[in-house]
Amino acid sequence: MADAPKLVNITVDGKAVSAPAGTLLIEACKTVGIEVPSFCYYPNLSLQGACRMCLVRVEKMPKLQTACTTGITEGMVVTTDSDEIRQARKSMVELLLGNHPLDCPVCDAGGECELQDMTFSYGAAESKFIDIKNHRDEQQWSPVVYFDRPRCILCYRCVRACGEGMDVWALGVDNRGSSSTIVPNFGDHLECEECGMCIDICPVGALTSGAYRYKTRPWEMKHVGTTCTHCGDGCKTTLGVRRSDTGMEIVRGDNRDKSGINGDFLCIKGRYAFDFVKHEDRLTQPLVKKGGRVVPATWEEAFELVGKKFKEIRDRDGGKAIGVIGSTRTTNEENYLLQKFARVVLGTNNIDHHRTADLPAFASALHGKANLTASMCDVASAPAILLIGNDPTNQHPLLAWQIRNNVRLNKARLYIVNDSDIKLRRQAVQVAQVAPGKYNEFVSSGMGALAEKLRSEQGLIIVFGSEVTGSAVQALAKFAAIVPGAKLICLADYANSRGAADMGVYPDLLPGYFPVSDASKVKEWGTLPAQPGMAIPQMLDAAKSGSLKGLYVVGANPVGRLGVEPSALKNTFLVVQDMFLTETATLADVVLPAANAYEKSGTFTNTCGDIQIVKKAGEVTTTKPDFEMIVRIADAMGFDVHKLVPFGHGTRSDMGQSRGAQSGEADQHSVWLEAHGLEPKMNPFDPMATLDEIQRLVPGYDVSRIELAAGNDQHTAIEQMGPGATQDPSLIAPANNNLFTSGTLGRYSNTLNSVIENKNPEPTAVASD
Amino acid sequence: MADLVSHPDEVRVVSKRFGQGATSIDRYLALDGYKAVQKALGMQQDAIINEVKNSGLRGRGGAGFNTGLKWSFVPKTSAKPKYILCNGDESEPGTCKDRLIFEHDPHAVIEGVMIAGLAVGAASGYIYIRGEYRYLSEIMQKAIADAYAKGFLGKNIFGSGRDFEVYWHGGAGAYEVGEESALMESLEGKRGVPRIRPPFPAVVGLWGGPTVINNAETLASVPHIILGGAEWFANLGTPKNGGTRLFCLNGHLNKPGVYELPMGYNLKKMIYDVGGGIPNGRKLKAVVPGGSSCPLLTESEIDVPMDFDSLMKIGSMLGSGGLVVVDDSTCMVKFALRIMKFYQHESCGWCIPCREGTDWLKKTLIRFHQGGGIKKDIDNIQYLSENMLGRTFCPLGDAAALPTISIVKKFRKEFEDHLEGRPCPFEKAGTVERLPVFA
Amino acid sequence: MKFSDQFEARLAEMVTHYPTKRSVLVPTLLFAQDEVGFLSDEVISEIAGRLELTELDVRNVISYYSMLTTKPRGKFNVQVCTNIACLLRGGEELMDHCEKKLGVGHKGTTPDGMFSLEEVECIGACSWAPAIQVNYDFHENLTTEKLDKVLDEYKKKGTQ
Repeated sequence: MADAPKLVNITVDGKAVSAPAGTLLIEACKTVGIEVPSFCYYPNLSLQGACRMCLVRVEKMPKLQTACTTGITEGMVVTTDSDEIRQARKSMVELLLGNHPLDCPVCDAGGECELQDMTFSYGAAESKFIDIKNHRDEQQWSPVVYFDRPRCILCYRCVRACGEGMDVWALGVDNRGSSSTIVPNFGDHLECEECGMCIDICPVGALTSGAYRYKTRPWEMKHVGTTCTHCGDGCKTTLGVRRSDTGMEIVRGDNRDKSGINGDFLCIKGRYAFDFVKHEDRLTQPLVKKGGRVVPATWEEAFELVGKKFKEIRDRDGGKAIGVIGSTRTTNEENYLLQKFARVVLGTNNIDHHRTADLPAFASALHGKANLTASMCDVASAPAILLIGNDPTNQHPLLAWQIRNNVRLNKARLYIVNDSDIKLRRQAVQVAQVAPGKYNEFVSSGMGALAEKLRSEQGLIIVFGSEVTGSAVQALAKFAAIVPGAKLICLADYANSRGAADMGVYPDLLPGYFPVSDASKVKEWGTLPAQPGMAIPQMLDAAKSGSLKGLYVVGANPVGRLGVEPSALKNTFLVVQDMFLTETATLADVVLPAANAYEKSGTFTNTCGDIQIVKKAGEVTTTKPDFEMIVRIADAMGFDVHKLVPFGHGTRSDMGQSRGAQSGEADQHSVWLEAHGLEPKMNPFDPMATLDEIQRLVPGYDVSRIELAAGNDQHTAIEQMGPGATQDPSLIAPANNNLFTSGTLGRYSNTLNSVIENKNPEPTAVASD
Repeated sequence: MADLVSHPDEVRVVSKRFGQGATSIDRYLALDGYKAVQKALGMQQDAIINEVKNSGLRGRGGAGFNTGLKWSFVPKTSAKPKYILCNGDESEPGTCKDRLIFEHDPHAVIEGVMIAGLAVGAASGYIYIRGEYRYLSEIMQKAIADAYAKGFLGKNIFGSGRDFEVYWHGGAGAYEVGEESALMESLEGKRGVPRIRPPFPAVVGLWGGPTVINNAETLASVPHIILGGAEWFANLGTPKNGGTRLFCLNGHLNKPGVYELPMGYNLKKMIYDVGGGIPNGRKLKAVVPGGSSCPLLTESEIDVPMDFDSLMKIGSMLGSGGLVVVDDSTCMVKFALRIMKFYQHESCGWCIPCREGTDWLKKTLIRFHQGGGIKKDIDNIQYLSENMLGRTFCPLGDAAALPTISIVKKFRKEFEDHLEGRPCPFEKAGTVERLPVFA
Repeated sequence: MKFSDQFEARLAEMVTHYPTKRSVLVPTLLFAQDEVGFLSDEVISEIAGRLELTELDVRNVISYYSMLTTKPRGKFNVQVCTNIACLLRGGEELMDHCEKKLGVGHKGTTPDGMFSLEEVECIGACSWAPAIQVNYDFHENLTTEKLDKVLDEYKKKGTQ
């Protein structure tokens, strides 16, 4: 451990302040609740001293000093508020307003604009400026980025966020003096990662979002902080919603709530790609096949039909005649419920999902050990990181952000093992080139010369992609055990790929990676099938051969992803829960229109094993969450739903009320339920009651509920889970998404498509989950 | 080639080789050239610094900081290389002295850079010359090449076992680059935006190494101090204002030109005797004592010794030695406007008060001078200038504010005479409209 | 693209003067502009490539310095100083005179491509005011008559 930094004592507005040597005055002031205003200062970005709003009086200094560039020194006496200082700040605002267009009534930022706030705070009410303002027309820099130059106050936050934060360097400053302007890297347009950080970080309405501009006024929205539904990193995204004809419309995604694991960061998908929810092809009513074609039906009709058919098949041919394919984008509660439904209601282990990582091998490698997995937040501060495979910039943008900024801010050492020229190589201290497909060999053979360097590290985080599987995962875990403080991250691609795996959406594994032969943890479920079931390809083969009579697909598109012949499913009763008529849904006997993760509540577990809350933001009233549909189907099958979900009297779950020290969470829970229109303990569709069960029965998931409810990430411990299993590596297929594709969701996001078209006139078709 | 002038009161130190053909290295050697650096090679670092400190030599770029003291801030040891940077980005309106030094005595600058390098332990120096001075860059490049050819630069200079490199560097048109930290940015190939200080260049400068930045005239004075001694140099001027200065006399004068006069020379004498007085029987209205950034002086204020401290005492500055004499036919509103237009054009745009303040003031002054002024404007010009003062990222904001404040204060009546659509009392009819509106 | 041998030799020499490549940028841009006449997209791309900078970076720098231009200029760029020292001694009259004589305004270029006109800030000729620069050459202590002669000389030179 390094020595704690020396504390320096200063006085600010008469208050004694102690902070580590080297702390900036503006930050030291924050620690005692004194906010020094600024436009250009932004934590973790380079210092500018440009806006002059943070001028303060430091004793013995002849001029006012900028608190954002002044390091504290022992005995410093500071005044942050006085007539002189207020006048200085007021004049800065007046000067800014001189050339500012004052078009607040039509400005997207109106109501959440830092310039408005400063004007209000410093009372620059009298307009002294009567000359002609410098006007420039608005420019569109990309499908999603607009620049309104007269509104720009030149704080350079966007330039720094893009360059220093994103390592994209797509924004610069042209000209000088009052002609200075922010410019994009290609003259009249931007070529970049389209992350939109520049828009979020803009204190005024100079940079606005193509997806949001002129849609609404900020105060007309309710802001819901939830977890992104795209990649496996689990960023918090703040969705701005407002009432619409069909429920609640999502009008904006951004990152105003910087409390998430992503801090300041959000990528293009988290920011703009919520618009799949209102794609014109969105299913809004159940469809039932009649006379060879699907026609709209009522929910009752649909559930009755599904219940009847599933019951019939189960009773006649046994559970093994039904298959269930789960999702990588449904919540933990839904995944858990789905596999419980398969095993308990259908009596089958034929359950699987699109696997993007060898998590069972990971569980196996870490079984019985402790503290060997890292959280997403750990990546931002680890002294060293080893990245094997994957291209996080494209596939795990938050992970890439964490790594990049850890290198930039903390001088972390990054080691890379890769076959291609991934962008993160710019941050690496050492790169080992491997041949494509040779990762397992490289890892299993001890990682050559790199290993020596790595062994001298402490607190190394080893991140590996789907390139590393099976025994190579074991080898990595062994290696981690000899590096002091080393931890691992296994990269899985979709928003809840990790949750699907943890919750036992596998034919051979129960929740928590226990083999189906060992149901001791879930004794209360009753008798379960003990033989492993079929994986997805086997199910599809069985359907083709006629032995699989029923297939229940929840939020997945195996037909599209695996290129299955439509005729293969013609004799199978196919039920699909989805938002769109995917290749799979097109073949279904019953299609149930599903809500997506932005329209329901529950939890996601990100690729690091960090569990986070998913909050309902939008709503399309004619769809249902998968959770409810599963319960309704069980009910339609005549199953006693109390054995599936805890609710009402006689519930087996304790709803978090008898957890001793944590019993206070009960209140939190009921407040939360009420806020979301659910009756505490009385509702069979309450996912949080199922979370209780998960926390009780899945080892490693017993995290603090109050932290979870508060929107904080909680790290689950795969080390405490079951022994895992050996997988057929051919079942693992990475999503291979890039920044602008996101499987089915991406296909139906007009914003993502417009960006792709803008970059590449012929968009590549992406068919996957 | 600029014309040379002379006056009996001149004390030729920096200008002693002007017109002597000293661009030729052999001629320079014959005129005591490269003797000072050889002497300095035999001196301890501190001895050189003390000599310069005691000479009272103060920065000739305008700030007037004691040169030896500035050198003493460079840390003795440094992990990164140390550098000397000669500021030859002469751009302060009214100033044209470094131009003559480069034109007539380039080796003196090289020698000054070398001595500064020996004093602080630097092994290389850069001579940055503004882009407009192309012919001077060529003179300087040749001088450097000649010095290398003689073995005065490069490895083992003068057989001392020490190495010293001097390089030429050129600008491309930016007043702001004359600010020392912006100068470093420019030399590093960037936009000329000043750096946050602290750290000061003496500690963290070019490419992160400790850097001494001195004006060309300052450095050209150094060899004379080393050879003539601190006491001799100090005694040429007034207390704490050692030596002589190249005063650039211009504006409404009969004998404009660059004259080397002792520090503390009387301003009135400078105007009426050295400069030959005001032509066409006109009267003095104002004097810019040291480049356009200095508060203006009026007739009643000019009986003053021209040194840093005396000018400071009367609320102005000695600045860069550019003395602009303004006669009574001049419209002071227009004069203020022309100054503001310059600073507006040259503001780097980095900080709000300078970028917005100069732009606003320029617009107001244009309108005002064109007859569109309203009473409130006068106070507003004052208010804006005062609110820029001392609050900008670098001194450019002050440079714009100080003359403006002084003009409004001292010539308020002229502003009032422009009010209510009255035509400018000084302009010929029909000439006002052409006034500067360029981008 | 190809620059002259002299340009190449100077660049090769200059990069050895600094610890970073980009340090040569400002003077190199000016030299390139001297050769090509202006900083064309091609020049920008070439210099960015050689100095391992983005074109954005190079453009940001170019647009900062007032001598650098991305637009073609006339063969002779007439730069008239109107800053205070010149202003007091007839700088504006020279500018007016140029505008009339050349038939173009500030930053304009004559149709034959011979002259460009620019009103510039202080060029360091204060004690010899009023002054102009044509390309890099100073012409000082001017009157409108002397200015006519100067411009005529250039015109003659340009048409030879």
